[in-house]
Amino acid sequence: MSRPLLEIENVSKTFGGLKAVSSVSLSVEAGSLCALIGPNGAGKTTLFALMTGFIKPDQGSVRFDGTDITGQAPHLNARLGMARTFQIVQPFAAQTVRENIAVGVHLHERDRRVALEKAGQIAQQVGLADQLEKPASELTVAGRKRLELARALGTQPKLLLLDEVLAGLNPQEISDMIPVIKAICASGITVFLIEHVMQAVMSLADHVWVLSQGQLIASGSPEVVTQDDAVVEAYLGKGTAARLRAKGSAA
Amino acid sequence: MKPLLSIAAFTAVVALFPLVTDSGVHLNFVMMALYAGLMGMAWNVLAGFGGQFSFGHALFFGFGAYIHIIAQLSWGINPWFAIFLAIAVSALVGAVVGALSFRYGLKGSYFALVTLAFAEVARILALSVDITGGGVGLMLPLKPSVANMQFESRVGYYYMMVVMVVVALLLTQWLKGARFGAYLQAIRDNEDAARAAGVDPFQVKLRAIALSGAMMGATGAFYVQVFQYIDPAIAFGPQASVEALVAAIVGGLGTVWGPLLGAVVLHTLSDVTRNLFGALPGINMIIYGSVLVLIVMFLPRGIAGLGVSVRDLFGKKRS
Repeated sequence: MSRPLLEIENVSKTFGGLKAVSSVSLSVEAGSLCALIGPNGAGKTTLFALMTGFIKPDQGSVRFDGTDITGQAPHLNARLGMARTFQIVQPFAAQTVRENIAVGVHLHERDRRVALEKAGQIAQQVGLADQLEKPASELTVAGRKRLELARALGTQPKLLLLDEVLAGLNPQEISDMIPVIKAICASGITVFLIEHVMQAVMSLADHVWVLSQGQLIASGSPEVVTQDDAVVEAYLGKGTAARLRAKGSAA
Repeated sequence: MKPLLSIAAFTAVVALFPLVTDSGVHLNFVMMALYAGLMGMAWNVLAGFGGQFSFGHALFFGFGAYIHIIAQLSWGINPWFAIFLAIAVSALVGAVVGALSFRYGLKGSYFALVTLAFAEVARILALSVDITGGGVGLMLPLKPSVANMQFESRVGYYYMMVVMVVVALLLTQWLKGARFGAYLQAIRDNEDAARAAGVDPFQVKLRAIALSGAMMGATGAFYVQVFQYIDPAIAFGPQASVEALVAAIVGGLGTVWGPLLGAVVLHTLSDVTRNLFGALPGINMIIYGSVLVLIVMFLPRGIAGLGVSVRDLFGKKRS
């Protein structure tokens, strides 16, 4: 069970003078549901892009399912079983929901008719079944996030990388989405998510990494990580942890 | 099945047309409209489905035309074989241009400019090498016989064009229902999302430009066979490029029938204006241009997307 599906070692990326990601190492176990959190601009999305091949790392290595995929093109990684969603949703706007999902399904299914049919089943899984024939451009934000998820699921991934699929959703929509993600993990797909919605991270993730200014500053179970001084300070500013503690004991 | 039925019905209508008319003018009109439609369909594969706008489709047209005529004149190849050679070479030229430009991720206006430049380079080359006859051009000697693909009457060429258009329609229809077409449209709509879904944009675009080039090359070969003359300006000049893209844009990008519809409408329009205002030279072009502007402004989806555009218009008014 504890076989690492994704291992990254000392990965770094610099944009001009900015160290977006510096010497990050982590490993994601097969079958787990883990999360990457951190303040805005911490480099989370860049780290995802480095894993999936959208950006080539300056240093370090990425291994997926036993193969070295450092800097390998995204479509080849997708074929190996690595699927991702985008923080800023990227639908094929001119096409229907069904056609959008079918593009993912086509990775392992050449026949158009079968792919469109399977797209319907996947839509069911993420709760888009009643909007299948709508153009993707007519979906709400929540709908588009589901569509991202559905298209990624269509590729039959081993590892699903979700970049803020809950951002921009209202509390009702978030609590609708959480069981969907749980069910995906229960079906045997390893899920790694970037998330800002802490309520979701707490209830979903087995393991959390915290990224701040391009560096990993903490890792562990959600409970441990949220108590960590370095993490609290990364979000709320230096010295906050001590102040909060002082306040807590005074009360 | 329904789309195939429409293609069958279309085939029947155009195939029966010569039986009900003996007017060479009418026949010629339909043939040239189909010819422009075929160019539009070629362009539509790459631009309408793949979102890669080429301004230099004359490159493939010219290669098709020159290979077809040079194969007959210099290499002694029968035109019925030469046309396939012409199509194959045009596809290859498409693949080479595609490999050079897509390799470096050229998109949008940059890709358009590069294709324009390729066509211009070909035009200048054709002016200066011997095998193309330079600026004098090449003439196909008149030797009427079916074996020479030279027909006694227009009807022969007419049917040749019908066959080409029907093949192009079937190809486009296939594209609509195949994985390749789905991938092509995915790249058009969002290349990064397509990559994340396992689509190799380079390979898909390369195939699309080769297919588009092949179709355009076929129209070039047809041109030479009908007019029996080609020179660098006709072959690689901007006219063919523009004719291809205008028919597709006016008719409706990414649709099966759009380019053909666009070509028919434009040909009718240009004929009518020329007949009505023949006494005032130039005014027909002004009207033609104005109608083009109106179509692009009010029918962004082209004539084939008329229904959707009208619905959108009223939908907006209601809200």
